Amino acid sequence: MKETIKEKVKELLAQGKIKGFVGLRRRGEDIGPHVFTDPEDLEELSLGDRDRPGDARYPLVGLLGALSERFPAETFGLLVRGCDERALRVRMADNRVTPLSPDRIIPVGFSCPPELAQACQCLKPWPDALAAGEPTPGVTRVEEAVSGDLLEEMDKWSDILNRCVKCFGCRDICPVCSCRECTVEQEAMVPQRELPPAPSFLMTRAVHMVGRCVYCGLCEQACPADIPLKSLYRLVARTLGQDPAATGAITVPRYTPAVDRTGG
Amino acid sequence: MEYKATLTTCPYCGCGCSLYLETVDGRLIGTLPAKTGPVNQGRLCVKGWNAHAFVQHPKRLTKPLMRKNGGLTEVSWDEALDFIVQRLKEIKETSGPDALAFLTSAKITNEENYLLQKFARAGVGTNNIDHCARL
Repeated sequence: MKETIKEKVKELLAQGKIKGFVGLRRRGEDIGPHVFTDPEDLEELSLGDRDRPGDARYPLVGLLGALSERFPAETFGLLVRGCDERALRVRMADNRVTPLSPDRIIPVGFSCPPELAQACQCLKPWPDALAAGEPTPGVTRVEEAVSGDLLEEMDKWSDILNRCVKCFGCRDICPVCSCRECTVEQEAMVPQRELPPAPSFLMTRAVHMVGRCVYCGLCEQACPADIPLKSLYRLVARTLGQDPAATGAITVPRYTPAVDRTGG
Repeated sequence: MEYKATLTTCPYCGCGCSLYLETVDGRLIGTLPAKTGPVNQGRLCVKGWNAHAFVQHPKRLTKPLMRKNGGLTEVSWDEALDFIVQRLKEIKETSGPDALAFLTSAKITNEENYLLQKFARAGVGTNNIDHCARL
């Protein structure tokens, strides 16, 4: 799969179709984000699998957003899993001064292996812009890390949420978080200097994730308190009347970009 | 257009979390935890997440400041260091070594911390040495 993607990106760079390819690079034991402009560097391309599939994933859509804002006239390639593509669609539908434009982005996607789909409890572990691999079937019914109704299980949830130390890791790493003025930084919504900071920080964020969260799980990986954030966001979404599992592929309804499967 | 994710260690505490400092054309734009870092394994505290913020901050001090005529004035390093040496000597001679105290930092290297305590104990002759972690 990696070889197919390497060849695809080499082609895009050689044809001058992209200024750079937003992906991951492996150097020794470390895997981190990188924007490939030199085809030679593609020898170090990584899909984000070090010891286990997907254990070195990063919010590449967030990085693309930062680059696109600074170089709005340039076209970038983007390495995408299923969740990355969903996040990209959410960001493209945002009403911004410098919007992410579909004709300035070429997604090059691959499918996640079944064990990763299971670990993430992912409903759609493959992107439409699939350049390598066959679509892996997603889970049919999500098994929550913490099940139960929020209101009924308040005690259990309370213990979990009280572990939050408000490191903002979940917000900082989220690929769909892009507001210039973030609600959870507003004193009126989330009072400062409250210990423990739960539940106002977590609940306010969860409400903002309704309709935006693509369940990529990067927040859970970034949480030093091991709070089951995906379960929380799904619970809050359902409580507010939106069933994120219904569509199987969370997209913002008002925008469906025509993403070319071949990335051309 | 050059994006770089530079793998480094967080400057704040002694844990030594691995993080990537993200730069675009030499300007810092953000921080990402290193997923493969053995200490933090993809997590950071709030200070680590903002490790990029102070480096190129406009309010960061770039020159020594000395209090003159009730206000802070920019001076050269030579003037600042000459003044420190002169005053430390004066105070040590008139009030004794224990009238001086030294405070080290978690944001400097172990070697620099060692140097300062050696200066305090062997150089100046006082045991009044402490560290910002104890504040």
